[in-house]
Amino acid sequence: MKKTSIILLALLALISCRKDIVVTPTEQTQITTGSDTTTLQGFYLLNEGNMGSNKATLDYYDFTTGVYHSNIYAQNNPNVVMELGDVGNDLQIYGSQLYAVINASNKIEVMNAQTAKRIGQINVPNCRCLAFSGQYGYVTSYAGPISLDQSHAQKGYVLKFDTATLQTIDTCLVSYQPEGLVIVDNKLFVVNSGGYMQPKYDSVMSVIDIATFEEIKRVVVDINMQHIIADKYNHLWINTQGNYYDRPSCLYCVDASTCNILAKIEMPVSNMYLCGDSLYFYSTAWSYIENKNAISFGIINVRTKETIAENIITDGTQNEIEMPYGICVNPQNKDLYITDAKNYVVPGSLSCYDSTGKRRWTIRTGDVPAHFALLYKIK
Amino acid sequence: MNSRLTNILLLIIFSLSISAQTTVTYLTDTVGWRGQLDSVQTIGEISVVANRHAEVIPVQHLEGKQLQSLAVQSVADAVRYFSGIQIKDYGGVGGLKTVDLRSMGTNHLGVFYDGIEIGNAQNGVVDLGKFSMDNIEQISLYNGQKSEIFQPAKDFGSAGTLYIKTRRPRFKKGKDYNVEVAMKGGSFGLANPSVLYEQKINDNISASANLEYTFATGKYPFRYRRVLPSGTVAWDTTAVRENGDIQAWRAEAGVFGASDRGKWHAKAYYYDSEKGIPGAIVNNVWKNSQRQWDRNFFVQSSWQQTYFEKYDLQINAKYSLDQMRYLNPDTTLMYLDNRFTQQEIYLSCANRYYIFPIWEVALSADYQLNWLNSNMPEFVNPLRNTFLLAAATALKWKWIKAEASVLGTFVWDKLRLPSKITPEASANSQHFTPTAAISYQPLLKENWYIRAFYKRIFRMPTFNDLYYTDVGNISLKPEYTNQYNIGMSYDKQWRNMTISDVGGKVDAYYISVDDKIIAIPKGNSQYRWQMINLGHVEIKGMDANAYIQFTFPYHIGLKVNVNYTYQQAIDLSNPNDELTYRKQIAYIPWHSGSAVVNMSWKGLSVNYSFVYVGERYQNSANIPVNYVQPWYTHDMALSYIHQWEKIGMQLSLEMNNMLNQQYEVIVNYPMPGRNFRAVAKIML
Repeated sequence: MKKTSIILLALLALISCRKDIVVTPTEQTQITTGSDTTTLQGFYLLNEGNMGSNKATLDYYDFTTGVYHSNIYAQNNPNVVMELGDVGNDLQIYGSQLYAVINASNKIEVMNAQTAKRIGQINVPNCRCLAFSGQYGYVTSYAGPISLDQSHAQKGYVLKFDTATLQTIDTCLVSYQPEGLVIVDNKLFVVNSGGYMQPKYDSVMSVIDIATFEEIKRVVVDINMQHIIADKYNHLWINTQGNYYDRPSCLYCVDASTCNILAKIEMPVSNMYLCGDSLYFYSTAWSYIENKNAISFGIINVRTKETIAENIITDGTQNEIEMPYGICVNPQNKDLYITDAKNYVVPGSLSCYDSTGKRRWTIRTGDVPAHFALLYKIK
Repeated sequence: MNSRLTNILLLIIFSLSISAQTTVTYLTDTVGWRGQLDSVQTIGEISVVANRHAEVIPVQHLEGKQLQSLAVQSVADAVRYFSGIQIKDYGGVGGLKTVDLRSMGTNHLGVFYDGIEIGNAQNGVVDLGKFSMDNIEQISLYNGQKSEIFQPAKDFGSAGTLYIKTRRPRFKKGKDYNVEVAMKGGSFGLANPSVLYEQKINDNISASANLEYTFATGKYPFRYRRVLPSGTVAWDTTAVRENGDIQAWRAEAGVFGASDRGKWHAKAYYYDSEKGIPGAIVNNVWKNSQRQWDRNFFVQSSWQQTYFEKYDLQINAKYSLDQMRYLNPDTTLMYLDNRFTQQEIYLSCANRYYIFPIWEVALSADYQLNWLNSNMPEFVNPLRNTFLLAAATALKWKWIKAEASVLGTFVWDKLRLPSKITPEASANSQHFTPTAAISYQPLLKENWYIRAFYKRIFRMPTFNDLYYTDVGNISLKPEYTNQYNIGMSYDKQWRNMTISDVGGKVDAYYISVDDKIIAIPKGNSQYRWQMINLGHVEIKGMDANAYIQFTFPYHIGLKVNVNYTYQQAIDLSNPNDELTYRKQIAYIPWHSGSAVVNMSWKGLSVNYSFVYVGERYQNSANIPVNYVQPWYTHDMALSYIHQWEKIGMQLSLEMNNMLNQQYEVIVNYPMPGRNFRAVAKIML
């Protein structure tokens, strides 16, 4: 018996016990020596996290110090119950505030852009993407009324909120599963994907008059649209995701005044970022033959609508990217930032490439790193 | 660390057995030349127990009184007391509970209900939370396959097998019926009445019927709490688990027969439930509204006969119909109302022939047909034909027992509604997989066995893996496991001594899981996945068990049973990813174990049980944000059984998770804290 109890004690000593769970600390990594930039201070990166994991996290890179701060939200806001939330979907800075769309937490988290400290939240069910104009913010949402027929089709809407009071002002119904939106000349252009309606994807772009906040026009572009970007030539750049089978994803250029399609570029663009006249993009297309994603990168000149570069990463390190997921360009030095979401389950990574396409650094991020917001210095 | 641990455990096993003396009290090894006995078979009133230590392949059982005193609601709760097992529990009475044996993945465990496998061709998942303990007599877990060659080919077909055996009618002398009425109730708004009726028809035939209803609101408080590095509370919140309600009916009826040299049984099973899916708790979402309806029906029959002393024949047949409806009414998510209907027809014929008393051979052939229909758009309604052919042989000579078998599997799928993405068919494949096992008894007078086995087996990709709209990948290969196991067992019993039984077993194993089917993202959206054979996991582990039983004066009994599992399960899927390569896979703790102490005095018994699951990570990136705390629960049950002349009665009170630990098995799925259950049963 004695022996048994000694052994049991020895066994007990091996097992570890529960401790209090400490608020997730920020991790800091010195990745460059830092540089003194004139206008830019840094950027935020929103990691989406897998649905149900509650692992949407916020990272911050400081250009001046060259320090990368991982997972800053919890430490900066230790009293927020259940941290930032579940599945980030968009991130933008407008004025002095940082807005993070947290899709499965049904909210927009509003923070101070300098400190990433929470100011408040706007509850928006199934919210997707942001745009701002004047005093107001606009967010797309999937969660409109469900049709009573067998299809259960659900229209989406754009919700208008006051950036000062964080109160909802109004909503405007659009088409099915609205994604990206952009504001040009007091008009709000919203692309509808119809992602829930597969295989009957939506192909409508809704145009909303900012003043009356009413849908004034519907333009058919192509099925399953996702992002929309406006350039300074009054063009709208829209990528479509195809039907994942016989209709490949591609890129459209639409005139913002007439809504005529100016160009269809047969390039399977998954995500894009505009910097000057250069539209940086990457594409990922699933190949049923090779059983893997085919990945490519490129730049399109938005003025000429021509592809001016097909290999923006020149040192061969693009092969290390499993699943490009977020893209951003530093407007000052033209550094390119690409995130790699890997298999979506494990932490991703962020790589920086200089303007000649050589990799400068890579850093581990949170899960599914995706959305950037550049932070400018206060003048 | 690893070897130190091994040493300590070996020490436990041997320290418990060093003081051993002779005299074996119970019937050893009834299986032999006439070997048609089950491990438990009733002859009149006497229960014959085959010597389990003699089993060539590691096995663990829970049965009879031991099972009763554990105070568990479902089979899943009972299985926690086995070593080598990790349970995935999403919490609550209705929450999904699956079992992962030796880290190979839940799909590799075959679950058999009264001898025939419960299939789920759709996704391979068998929810063990669904099987109430109400009428369960025995649960057995085999690594690899049962140590018996005379069995259907299907029984050779899983990397691990769990046998759930329901109660067989047994009658006291002069009695020709049994009635049991039970009521269980307690926390989570649980109300769980059941009734059992058994009737002796004649000396050879008996019948039983069993009806059970389960209702629970599934509500329980849970608490999340974080502290600052300084120790002060950052936030502390308590909420009530919502949408975990369940309402379920189960009805079973069976006929059992025995003939001179044979036995047969037939049974029908019906289960109907509606439940809420409580879902993950995340920021700003404290309640979910998804619902699920399940309806399972099967009829099955088994018939076994011995001819000419040397030849045995066994026929099994089953038809099952499973309907599932999943509803997401939550307008903040995609509206879904999916219905699935699966059907299965299964036929099996097993034969055994004794060439010599020490040498037997067996041949089994099974055929199985599965088909699945759904209302999902573009669903291909797959159909699968499976032929299984198993040849096996066993040799028992003096100190040595050896078994070898080979299983041939032939699968042919057909899509009844070809779509554009999955043009026609299909996964047609054939596979041959071997198993070999040997056990050696060094000292003839001692119940000490040294054993080893090797098994190579695979799991077929499920219908979801292959054909689920968009996600499925028609070019998937089966997922293979190779298991190597070496171990030993020891048991010693004494009559009229304070220590009446002592023993234990220890097994060490190496397993590789190749071509593991995992989901990888497809294209540029979080919601689009593709199944692919990219995973590779390597598992090194050890299971250990030790027990001791005391018989004190005045009928006081004491039993202690300790289980321990060590597992190193490393992810070798992506050598380019240093974050995950060679790191422990998701939700597999290095250390886990359980301890059960049972004290009894006449009809009164007190049972204490402890379950421990050590620290682990929520995915194979073993970094601090993915760290998951260990959890451990202390449960206590007090029960009293009294038998009057004609009426028996059982009362029990249970308190589970006594220390009210707030824990999670799966992250964001909070488990219940302290909870209670009371059981009252009357036996006529």
